[in-house]
Amino acid sequence: MSGKPKLTYFNGRGRMESVRWLLAAAGVEFEEEFLETSEQYQKLIKDGALLFDQVPLVEIDGMKMVQTRAILSYIAAKCNLYGKDPKERAFIDMYVEGTADLMGMIITFPFTPPQKRNLALIIERATTRYFPVYEKVLKQHGQDFLVGNQFSWADVQLLEAILMVEEKEPTVLSNFPVLQAFKARISNIPTIKKFLQLGSQRKPPPNDQYVATVIEVLKKD
Amino acid sequence: MAGKPKLYYFNGRGRMETIRWLLAAAGVEFEEQFCETREDLLKLKQDGYLLFQQVPMVEIDGMKMVQTRAILNYIAGKHNLYGKDLKERALIDMYVEATMDLNEMIMHHPLQPPEARAKHLASIIEKATTRYFPVYEKALKDHGQDFLVGNRFSRADVQLLETILIAEECKPDILSKFPVLQAFKARISNIPTIKKFLQPGSQKKPPLDPKLLPKVMSIFNISNE
Repeated sequence: MSGKPKLTYFNGRGRMESVRWLLAAAGVEFEEEFLETSEQYQKLIKDGALLFDQVPLVEIDGMKMVQTRAILSYIAAKCNLYGKDPKERAFIDMYVEGTADLMGMIITFPFTPPQKRNLALIIERATTRYFPVYEKVLKQHGQDFLVGNQFSWADVQLLEAILMVEEKEPTVLSNFPVLQAFKARISNIPTIKKFLQLGSQRKPPPNDQYVATVIEVLKKD
Repeated sequence: MAGKPKLYYFNGRGRMETIRWLLAAAGVEFEEQFCETREDLLKLKQDGYLLFQQVPMVEIDGMKMVQTRAILNYIAGKHNLYGKDLKERALIDMYVEATMDLNEMIMHHPLQPPEARAKHLASIIEKATTRYFPVYEKALKDHGQDFLVGNRFSRADVQLLETILIAEECKPDILSKFPVLQAFKARISNIPTIKKFLQPGSQKKPPLDPKLLPKVMSIFNISNE
């Protein structure tokens, strides 16, 4: 046992990508096991590895952790990316919940029937509900990071969300100069820069094969 | 201003109910301001009260907090209902995230089109009895303690009780195969702060009256959510 966290998920972004981002930002090396068949998934369940029969699963510090937010909170706290006191933590939580809501729209997108997909709504939410908040927060305090003048989980997740929306609409930051500077600045943090390079464990956007694999693995007999 | 927390929501359970439960369990008195019309919600937005233009919003300790989980985390941390260390916290988080997943399914039930309702209800009951309740039954049985985590009352116990009760509203005998959870339910219901919350006249909200659903949806413009 190497001692590195081990991530079990499909070979794609989904709900595990935020975990990959956070571990990478914290400079924590991790291993991955990819679910490719229904048999693998059923075996995990039968072996009692999945508390609620679901992935993401992250084996870390002797625990088999499930539930994305539980995993992210644990990693953030352990790696000092969760603020220095309850109030900073409260702001970080508000900010990451906002970006999680936005990214949640994009994560479910490929699994939504084509006629129900609403890309315009995603872009509208990004540009009218979410990005203005972060633009304003950064502009008002003028600091490099969202909370407490210190790099935190909130910065990592905001960068992840920005890049994800830009993949759908490259000009989405055109009215957000402070976020443009934020994006450049956070992307240049060494651990993040490394994660953004080819060959890292960052996953590409979902394609048809990814969607098909997920459906196949999770299918009920 | 130290004051009581003030909750801004509509006069019903929705996403605020878990917050009401946690404050009540912690013995914290709170005030409520209800959005009864679209205009009420619009005014809150225009006054800049809602960080992401959404409720729940809770004014607490000088903050206007939004995002249900952020609010719950803050309250739990403040009132020592979040375990004694990171690992207990991790376990509590896993347990409460699952109860919130089940709550979410139940919350969406009234929004199902009539033809899908029976199937959705069956799915709720199946998830409750095969995915979620067996985990808590086993956890309590394995350690034999009164509370889910760390031999101490925590938000996990509060949220599990809340979920059990709303699941029972879907199917009254849903705990029939879970004797340990039945005992848990009785025991946690008897904790003085919880007992008080379960009595008539408390701020616990009733299930949504189906006749009021269109009005609630119009306040939140739910078809666009």
